[in-house]
Amino acid sequence: MQSFMRVSGRAAPMATPNVDTDVIMPKQFLKGVDRKGLDRGVFFALRFDPSGRPNPEFILNRAGWEDARFLVVGPNFGCGSSREHAVWGLSQLGIRALIGTSFAGIFNDNCHRNGILTVTLPPSQIEGLLARVGTPEGNALTIDLPKQTIAMTADGVKFSFEIEALRKDALIRGLDAVSATLVESADLIRTFETGHRAANPWFFSDV
Amino acid sequence: MRSTHEFILRQHWELPKVPSIVSGSEKEAKRPEMEKPRTLYDKIIDAHIVRRLDGDAQCLLYIDRTILNEYTSPQAFSGLRDAGRNVWRPAAALMVVDHVNPTAAQRTREMPDAGAAGQVAYFADNARDFGIELFDILDPRQGVEHVVAPEQGLVMPGMVVAAGDSHTTAYGALGALGFGIGTSDIEHYLATQTLVYRRLKTMRITIDGAPLPGVTAKDIVMEVIRRIGADGATGYAVEFAGETIANLSVEGRMTICTMIVEAGARGAVIAADQKVLDYIEGRPRAPKGQMWLDACRAWLSLTSDSEARFDREEALRADDVVPMVSWGTSPDQASTITGRVPAPRGEPDGARRNAMIRALDYMGLVPGMAVDSIVIDHAFIGSCTNARIEDLRDAALILRGRRVAEGVRAIVVPGSSQVRRQAETEGLDRVFIDAGFEWRQSGCSMCLAMNDDILKAGDRCASSTNRNFEGRQGPGARTHLMSPAMVAAAAVSGHITDVRRFHEEV
Repeated sequence: MQSFMRVSGRAAPMATPNVDTDVIMPKQFLKGVDRKGLDRGVFFALRFDPSGRPNPEFILNRAGWEDARFLVVGPNFGCGSSREHAVWGLSQLGIRALIGTSFAGIFNDNCHRNGILTVTLPPSQIEGLLARVGTPEGNALTIDLPKQTIAMTADGVKFSFEIEALRKDALIRGLDAVSATLVESADLIRTFETGHRAANPWFFSDV
Repeated sequence: MRSTHEFILRQHWELPKVPSIVSGSEKEAKRPEMEKPRTLYDKIIDAHIVRRLDGDAQCLLYIDRTILNEYTSPQAFSGLRDAGRNVWRPAAALMVVDHVNPTAAQRTREMPDAGAAGQVAYFADNARDFGIELFDILDPRQGVEHVVAPEQGLVMPGMVVAAGDSHTTAYGALGALGFGIGTSDIEHYLATQTLVYRRLKTMRITIDGAPLPGVTAKDIVMEVIRRIGADGATGYAVEFAGETIANLSVEGRMTICTMIVEAGARGAVIAADQKVLDYIEGRPRAPKGQMWLDACRAWLSLTSDSEARFDREEALRADDVVPMVSWGTSPDQASTITGRVPAPRGEPDGARRNAMIRALDYMGLVPGMAVDSIVIDHAFIGSCTNARIEDLRDAALILRGRRVAEGVRAIVVPGSSQVRRQAETEGLDRVFIDAGFEWRQSGCSMCLAMNDDILKAGDRCASSTNRNFEGRQGPGARTHLMSPAMVAAAAVSGHITDVRRFHEEV
């Protein structure tokens, strides 16, 4: 997993509430057995017209936002289907962080498992951010994860954010969660499993 | 059944009582909070904590069961293969083909496209190479994963079930905690039998009162979602309680628990009762003999303590609920059947107002028009939310002796192959076919349309499914969510209509 320390770039506003993972990654891109080529599918119906040409109205196709590395999003971003393809696609498109008031649970976990930082800020601060990133002149910023700050390049305004220590550490280290669990906890899992089986033998009646 | 009362009194503080609950190295972490009254959710979580990772916020959680499907699992297996890892407990998993398969009446191994064929083939390779049981497309037990798992007796009260599908919340209906996970977490589960888990806040939704005739579990959960919003339960595990829930069948509870994810809930639970035991007893994977009796005792004692505090409480009167229909592109954009399409100018929040304007434009609807005047050209009965036998019976009751309106294509996709056979035994297939419905094989089908059951742009569908997102049933297609009986009523009327009219005629 890619490590997240201090990342600079432009941010694009996307204030719509309840943007679901069907919209982020539509069904026609879900037929693979690998993670390849998903950048093309991101916001497909919004980014491209029916003939496949870029829709000039869509924010990520507009001058000043095409290379956005961050999205400032509306509430409940990523709701709906568990499809991690949505996050793989965002990552392949170069998105490193999402900033919003709330994120859907599965999507939020998927982001953190793939090195995408999700930052939750109160609505008033998101409004301030949306206004700033709504112009190409004001949309550059730097996220410093160790310091837990977002600094606007144009006017120097800083936002502080909270993040759980464990998630922060995993993102900074770009940790492989499976190997961490196996290395640190395999014996504990075995011990737990023995007791769990004794307490609930019916859960294990299949073995 | 013996009185559960003594067990509740006796076991509240003892359960969980085995050493495994607080693992050896964590004894110092056994804190006074364990003595506090606890919610059902917290009891289930506490009984599955392998170790705490981050104070009380995150833990390594033992997962009892997963169900894998062909479209969210392949990259997880690839990850295992790349790292040379095994599956920790293959017998705890079941693999079911459901998302990409065709549902044509004649079953074959043929897939609609190369992508689907590749996924199904790789799925079978993974089942074989990692030693996991597979219900493939020709298996008589095949079906939508959340219909199949309870049907097989694989889900039991007190279990934690995590699976690569958001509607895994369904298993709350059986007193288990179910929740959806992404593919990275599937891989973590497969390799370690655990997940890195963040404890949720708790919300209790108490539903009392007798639903009016024509009002179903689907209408109740749609009304809950309309009231609390599509993010109303984000960050929460929801426990459903109250006399309405107690009086609902286990299948009706599954409809509610499945769909509450559309309010953002990351888990749902309903305390197991005699109905749940009756549902599970005798199913293929259910415990038998003395183990069954022991299990029942433990399961019935697993409830929220009467003094337990929830982070949030909501209440609903079921007798206030009328049949519901979604008009927008988010499941909370819904109305009563007697209502009208709302006007965006009534919405004070700017972003939400813009979302409404966009939704109405996408849906091709005008503010103020009566919901029951909306003309449809497709009717779909299916999905993990509403394709169990009771749903098919409800719809058949409306369809008996009636015909699908001209210009409407109507299809019914039973939730599992077993549901399909049961329906055929009851003669429901004849009712659907005589009414002009296509009687199809099981799968996720047109609920998410990543198979060949897909709508064209502009098509408008009355649908017993759970999501009305843009493009959900096909790019540009328009979905109206409602109960199976309401879909049947719309199919024969040619437009969305109040199913209660038909009940008066029956």
